[in-house]
Amino acid sequence: MREFLWLVPLLPLIGSVTLMLGAGRLTMRLAGTIGAVSVGLAAILAFTIAAGFLTNPPAGSVYQQTLWHWLNVGGVSATFGLRLDPLSLVMMLVITGVGFLIHLFATEYMEGEDGYGRFFAHLNLFVAAMLLLVLADNFLALYTGWEGVGLGSYLLIGFWWRDPANGLAARKAFIVTRIGDTALFLGLLLITSHLGTLNIADAMQHATQSWPIGSPIATLAAFLLLGGAVGKSAQLPLQTWLPDAMVGPTPVSALIHAATMVTAGVYLIARTHALFLLAPAALLTVGIIGGATLLLAGFSALAQNDIKRILAYSTMSQIGYMFLALGVGAWDAALFHLMTHAFFKALLFLSAGAITMRLHHEQDIFKMGGLARRLPVAFWSFLIGSAALAALPLVTAGFYSKEAILSGAWAGGTSGRVLWLAGVVGAFMTGLYIFRAVFIVFFGEEHGHVSGRYGWRITTPLAVLSVLAVLGGLIEVPPVFGHVTLLSNLLAPVLPATKEVTDITPLLLASLAALLGIALAALFYWRPTQRPAETPLWRFWHAAGGFDWLYNRVLVRPVLWAARVNSDDFIDSFYDVIAWATKAIHQQVRRTQNGRVRWYTAGLAIGSVSLIAIAVLL
Amino acid sequence: MTLVWLLLIPGIGGAVAWMAGGRHPNLPRRIALAVLAIDFIIALSLIGPAMSSAIPAGHAAWIASFERPWIPQLGISFELYLDGLSLVLILLTIALGFISVVISWTEITDRVGLFHANLLWSVTGVIGVFLALDLFLFFFFWELMLVPMYFLIALWGHEHRFYAAIKFFIFTQGSGLLMLVAILVLVFVHQQTTGHFTFDYLALLGTKMNPTMAFWLMLGFFIAFAVKLPAVPFHTWLPDAHTAAPTAGSVLLAGILLKTGAYGLIRFVVPLFPDAAHAFAPYAMTLGVIGILYAALLAYGQNDMKRLVAYSSVSHMGFVLLGVFAWNTLALQGVVIQMLAHGVSTGALFILVGALQERIHTRDMRQMGGLWGSIPHLSAFGMVFAIASLGLPGLGNFIGEFLILLGSFQVGVPLTVIAAIGLVAGAAYALLLVQRAFHGNAAPHDETAAKPCDLTAPHLLVMAGLFLALLGLGLYPQPVFDQVAAGLAVVQHDGTPSTGPTTQFAEATP
Amino acid sequence: MANVPLDQGLLLAAILFALGLTGVLVRRNLLFMLMSLEVMLNAAGIAFIVAGARWAAPDGQIMFIFVLTFAAAEVSVGLALILLIHRQNPMLDADAGDRLRG
Repeated sequence: MREFLWLVPLLPLIGSVTLMLGAGRLTMRLAGTIGAVSVGLAAILAFTIAAGFLTNPPAGSVYQQTLWHWLNVGGVSATFGLRLDPLSLVMMLVITGVGFLIHLFATEYMEGEDGYGRFFAHLNLFVAAMLLLVLADNFLALYTGWEGVGLGSYLLIGFWWRDPANGLAARKAFIVTRIGDTALFLGLLLITSHLGTLNIADAMQHATQSWPIGSPIATLAAFLLLGGAVGKSAQLPLQTWLPDAMVGPTPVSALIHAATMVTAGVYLIARTHALFLLAPAALLTVGIIGGATLLLAGFSALAQNDIKRILAYSTMSQIGYMFLALGVGAWDAALFHLMTHAFFKALLFLSAGAITMRLHHEQDIFKMGGLARRLPVAFWSFLIGSAALAALPLVTAGFYSKEAILSGAWAGGTSGRVLWLAGVVGAFMTGLYIFRAVFIVFFGEEHGHVSGRYGWRITTPLAVLSVLAVLGGLIEVPPVFGHVTLLSNLLAPVLPATKEVTDITPLLLASLAALLGIALAALFYWRPTQRPAETPLWRFWHAAGGFDWLYNRVLVRPVLWAARVNSDDFIDSFYDVIAWATKAIHQQVRRTQNGRVRWYTAGLAIGSVSLIAIAVLL
Repeated sequence: MTLVWLLLIPGIGGAVAWMAGGRHPNLPRRIALAVLAIDFIIALSLIGPAMSSAIPAGHAAWIASFERPWIPQLGISFELYLDGLSLVLILLTIALGFISVVISWTEITDRVGLFHANLLWSVTGVIGVFLALDLFLFFFFWELMLVPMYFLIALWGHEHRFYAAIKFFIFTQGSGLLMLVAILVLVFVHQQTTGHFTFDYLALLGTKMNPTMAFWLMLGFFIAFAVKLPAVPFHTWLPDAHTAAPTAGSVLLAGILLKTGAYGLIRFVVPLFPDAAHAFAPYAMTLGVIGILYAALLAYGQNDMKRLVAYSSVSHMGFVLLGVFAWNTLALQGVVIQMLAHGVSTGALFILVGALQERIHTRDMRQMGGLWGSIPHLSAFGMVFAIASLGLPGLGNFIGEFLILLGSFQVGVPLTVIAAIGLVAGAAYALLLVQRAFHGNAAPHDETAAKPCDLTAPHLLVMAGLFLALLGLGLYPQPVFDQVAAGLAVVQHDGTPSTGPTTQFAEATP
Repeated sequence: MANVPLDQGLLLAAILFALGLTGVLVRRNLLFMLMSLEVMLNAAGIAFIVAGARWAAPDGQIMFIFVLTFAAAEVSVGLALILLIHRQNPMLDADAGDRLRG
């Protein structure tokens, strides 16, 4: 089956093209079917390939497939090739699996929307690009997928295009991530120029051979790649686009801005880990960015009233955990958390979508309340998702993956301990902010009337993801609880091993922090509460530290001002001056031509006399 | 002789179309289509490897040639040479000419015969520019292509058309004068050193002269081509010309005429004055980078959709200037792809703006908005080409920008980094265009007007074709690389001094 | 024929020419301007004759005959024009004719 790998990204692409060509002619039912089935088929194929890969791994655990030679010019060659190894295998399964569930959910969620077919066309396009990103065997194809997901994100954030605010959010997302992409692009130029290849594996090999650890060029290359990663993964300092991106339809937030695209940065760093190992400074920066982002986002999530913005900041925070894991070299843990996060965050977003679709798209948690009885399906899914997010010990997937990260940090020396502390504070914040949302939304008094039942296309994905959010963590269990290492065994050929931690102290402390957060949330928000007062501190965290304010002042407004002031192009005025001078001279010279015969005669006489004088005298 | 037919067919076709205009307005349109189709087939038949016969030694890159004495007393001959670079550009020229005829079918109803005659003659002039190797003949075609374009703008243009047409003419003519002076001085210098009076490019290559003289002559050529390209600060004619030109005029202007500037830089400035050009390269690259960013800023500030596209064109040509003077295989190949992709994507955007103007009678984006609701096909293509022009990988523009920046990275890292900011800026203005025209709320004044109709079949076909061309360039550009490689190798061979910028890269390649 | 010294002849021609030129410049009446023109032409003629006599060449006299013929033609055409202008402009003011309008 492996030789059909190229079909995995192609199937969603075919779905997308079909939907685009058939725009306006397909019935809603058919469009939804095409959208979901194309990804479903890709998922089935991906799982089949994965089964073959696990039972009968190819040599070196790598399967290469070259589709065609893309370009070969001036010593630079790139193939359009796919590479299946354990890392891309995990990503592929997450993308197609979770992607299919979200598509299924969306067929019901988006029913009756204007542009139903367009929605699935763009969603399929996104899935295809994301698959290309993770399966690409060279940087150019990876970058193609990288920009393709950016495009998909842009199109889907602005899906409801009639509202200019959505368009603004979509453009902000694209442009801010493109700043990161440009750094990645420069990184590509640097790597290509100095290592002479675009192939990722070859480049990593050349880098390890030719660049010593800590060499400036390796550090520079790693930092440039990191720039791309922080843009796509919404980490400091390019994180501002993610909360605004929540204006897109909720399945989009679930798929793109929680489960898959925003984890592309994590994937990129894991994929190029050899380079980051050559650049300890860059690797440490990854960890610091992760730690800082998870704290900033954790505090900000506590100051949000919009359910989707809470989840957006929690996504930022959880990706911060993954960056932290990468920074301390706990590569497996990062991938593990990426996977479980995809499950529970998709679950959270989908159940949030299930709630808001019954509330006329009201997203303010203070206008909800008491929904536990009205919407039991959504309640239980959201509760399970929240428990997994808060890393409720033992019974959730999130616990195992977050534990893996924190124990990796614990083992990482002094800087690791500092990051570990940030992670523990973050764990506390996570429990606090998500259960604040749970209590406010589902308990307390009811506001307004809620009705309607969910169809199977909504309940099935919620059920499956709930199961995964609970049991998905059991593929990797720390030594104290039985020591399962399925995932790290799988990833062993592509990612360096992590140090084992047998010390139980960090685990207990982290669990305690999470439980404390949940308990504190129960204490504060169990009873109905008022909307928080707008103190300066609250405003500061509500605006997530004022980065938007800062960027607007420093970057956006000056550029807009310059564009507005100079819209007539001051350079043209130089040419206008020339034209004006010519006209002025013309006006002066014209006055001599006055039609008077005697004036001309005088001119003639003076001219002749002076000419003769010149001829005679000189 | 094929090369002569390549020129004669559109030239004569233009005259026939003019005369046929009196009988029936559709007749010149059909004639123009037929003429360009035949010409395209002829050009297609020339695709292939370079011949080695009938070619001067050391320049084995020519595919076909034609040479007859014209004014032997002055050393002027009718000398046409075709290499891979000229061939690709000629194919682009004819294809865009064909498309211009298709999209003018309903737009131009006045003096149809003369319009198509001018269109065909303009194409003839451009083909001549791409073929001529005698400097006098080159200058002749260089001027020849301006005149029909002047009439296209002045007679069939929109508001301020005379202003724009004259501005266009004075800019290009004035800079052409500099080139003429430079050509004449070059010829005299050549005569002084060798005693041989000739305008033959192949003979003039490698003329010995002192560096100061070489610098001034190079500057004369450079300014002529930089105005045409256009490079900041010589770009100000372009937005006015585009805004006033009819759609077909804009397509030809952006798609083809601008390319003659880049072609001239590659064909004449660099090989004729290698040392001077090499010394000048950092400044030219800086101009290119300034152009990328400055034009992007201007594009962002426009309300007129056509002006926005025009400035985006200037920005893209900044990449071309950067690439030409980065002066290695990667950058030059990138320049070729960038030229082709820019011709296609910008041409498509101009067609869409024209179609939009035909429907809602304005180009002012303040009066647009929400068009996705009423004309989805046009809006979808608008978005596709806007995204192509911001350099999305998988489409041709990306390959061009990637190779140009990869090439310039070898010679100037700081410049490349600054140029890369253009990628962000490109996203900003392209998406702003999409937002203001197609997304958002429908403009308030639309209520009384009739609902505009969407694109018709011919336009849809053209758009689809252009998109597929971009996709092809983006996903499989190798045939183009192979076709132009030999021609560019000659440029490089003549141009690169011993301490050339490419060596670093060659060493790095394992 | 007694020889007139060249200097004196040319001086006479120059004085006559200057007088004629002054006439053309200061008179506004077209008729007087025409007459002054005649004086200038004849001054040129004198210069030719004096020069011809000095070198004993016939060319000077031939030229003078030429000038005479021209002067006659010029007068006839000029007078005809003045007659026409007189209908529009009875004062025959040259400065009033600075507009090319009938």
